[in-house]
Amino acid sequence: MTFWERNQLKLAPFLFLSPAVGLFLIFVIYPIADSIWVSFHEWSGVNRYALDDEGNLKNFKWVGLDNYIYLFTNDDEFYVAVFNNIKWFFFSLIAIPFGILLALFLNQQILGIRWVKSFFYFPFVINAVVIGIVFTWFYNPKYGSLTYLLGFFGMEPFPILSDENYATYGIIVASLFPGIAYTMIIYITGLTAVSKDMIEAGRIDGASGFTMFWNIILPQLRPATLIAVVVTIVGALRSFDLIAVMTGGGPWGSTNVLAYKMYEDSLFNFRMGYGASTAVILFILMDIYIAWFLYRLFKRESTEK
Amino acid sequence: MKKFFVILTLFISSIASAGTLIVNSNQSGAESSAALKQYIADFEAANPDVKVVLNEFESESYKVAIRNFLTSETPDVALWFAGNRMKFFVDQDLFRDVSDVWEEYGLYDSMASSRLSVTVDDKQYGVPWGYYQWGMYYRTDIFDKVGLSVPTNFEELVAACSTLRENNITPVAIGTRYLWTAAGWFDYLNMRINGYEFHMDLTAGKVSYEDSRLDMVFDKWAELINADCYLEDHASFGWEDGLTPMINGEAAMYLLGNFITGNLNTAGVLDHIDYFQFPKIVDGVPMSEDAPTDTIHIPAGAKNIEDAKKFLGFLSNPEAATKWANARSFLSPNSNAEPPSDRFQLKGVNVLNNAYGIAQFFDRDANPDMAKTAMEGFQEFMVKPDREAKIRARVEKERERIHGPL
Repeated sequence: MTFWERNQLKLAPFLFLSPAVGLFLIFVIYPIADSIWVSFHEWSGVNRYALDDEGNLKNFKWVGLDNYIYLFTNDDEFYVAVFNNIKWFFFSLIAIPFGILLALFLNQQILGIRWVKSFFYFPFVINAVVIGIVFTWFYNPKYGSLTYLLGFFGMEPFPILSDENYATYGIIVASLFPGIAYTMIIYITGLTAVSKDMIEAGRIDGASGFTMFWNIILPQLRPATLIAVVVTIVGALRSFDLIAVMTGGGPWGSTNVLAYKMYEDSLFNFRMGYGASTAVILFILMDIYIAWFLYRLFKRESTEK
Repeated sequence: MKKFFVILTLFISSIASAGTLIVNSNQSGAESSAALKQYIADFEAANPDVKVVLNEFESESYKVAIRNFLTSETPDVALWFAGNRMKFFVDQDLFRDVSDVWEEYGLYDSMASSRLSVTVDDKQYGVPWGYYQWGMYYRTDIFDKVGLSVPTNFEELVAACSTLRENNITPVAIGTRYLWTAAGWFDYLNMRINGYEFHMDLTAGKVSYEDSRLDMVFDKWAELINADCYLEDHASFGWEDGLTPMINGEAAMYLLGNFITGNLNTAGVLDHIDYFQFPKIVDGVPMSEDAPTDTIHIPAGAKNIEDAKKFLGFLSNPEAATKWANARSFLSPNSNAEPPSDRFQLKGVNVLNNAYGIAQFFDRDANPDMAKTAMEGFQEFMVKPDREAKIRARVEKERERIHGPL
């Protein structure tokens, strides 16, 4: 017997896994490790491996923890960004109750409901950049429709996106537009799995309206809620595109978040190492959240069994 | 399959052969792109053995891409900007010294006025192809209606603001969402108050932003803000949104570069527009101007250096230089180029020829990270002038990080 014939069964799984594992290593693990490595250096993003006369790397200088120390002790913008990320974390969850409401509303058997559902799903299909531009027009204090709406109620127009106190909320509202559509579709799928027997049993016991929803339907939607929460929060932590389109981090940096700060420091300010250190912080924050979340998930599953 | 490889090999070798010149360009708008292509066509006609391959990038993404392609897939020619933006790559040894091109094509004579903008340590690292003046663009019909004449000093400018406000006209249109429009005001106030040398020292990081000489700049600026000169909620608007009130006849002035005339022309109001030089503020301070210069360079890693030099040197051809600059309403740095016929360009030539010094513009003279923090500060100051001390302290902290303590 050849080597291959003897070990075929043992080797096959590894061979089948190798393409996926290889790609994962190259495109996920390596960039993460490299970002961490870069975050300990000062580098302008140009010519990383260039050597000086003595054979040392001249553009890629080891600075130890300096980037992190500066980030935590000297950079006010970093705290603004973290605080905004916290705002995003909590306020983007508003999408979930709205998603449930819409899903319940659309969960009916009437003519053309599929069309209606697809219209409600539309915001999620639209590119975030387009949503950002449309909302920027909507908020425009001079010609935007929000100004007309406010005027209709006799209110003064105010510049949401250029007011440091409101700008972040203005962008979060824009992010709810596709966010609600996405959670809605998750709940619509979840609702198809709700057991009819249980609803009938509940009805016999006299449950209806809100009691029915709260005690019988919502508990069965728990898997859907789980996915909705994870997706929404991960989306909120890495929020970037809407900020880039709607304010560019402004006015004067007040809508900055970690993801946007990292992008700006590394790509526009030529501070790759410093940007990488922000990226590492964001990575750690996300890891803590995901680890906590998985821990709760596994704990719950083991108690349910 | 074999045939395919033969064709592929032929294709690759034809690209790699001498006589192919790879040009990376940030001239992405339809007009800009056409202007460059015309220059390339003229160049190819004059050098029939050279074939130009043009790679076009969108101008914002080009700023990111250039750092990658200068170190990896190096083109033979790259378009870029003069001043500190060029110096950044010169310091990294990524642009080639082209002093020999300046020598060979007589550019030291024909482009004498632009020499300093592409010079580092007495060597030239690029050739400018166009520049444009900044200044106040204003609506003549509004000025006539409310009986205003062109302000010649700062007091008249402030007075003009109140007259215009009394007539329900926004005196100065501006959109500061992308920050740089605010920097234009800072540049002019500082150059008119403290002069050209001080301004260049400041942008080079040699002066503190808390220096007492800057107090007057911010005081005068606050005077304009408190006189209600600027368009309301300007931080909400990009520069083009900020222009809308002026097009609609609701705003009277805009401090911007000559490219504004393109938008005003498209909007059909150019007949009501004229230009005046930013008025003087302090007597005895010679008038200096912002005039950003766009340039072409040879990357250090270029392969076809011979033809690249010809491509840069071709700007000494007055006809080709004129065509390229005129197609963009720019001025040609080539003194042999045909003088412009457009009235705004003519005024620009006049102002710039008499200028004491020419600055590139705040975000081209200062380091990129310095410029960003400072311009955010200017934007904030224009909305919340009472935060002056806090803003200047923050900008100074960034200056110290980048350029070191004084």
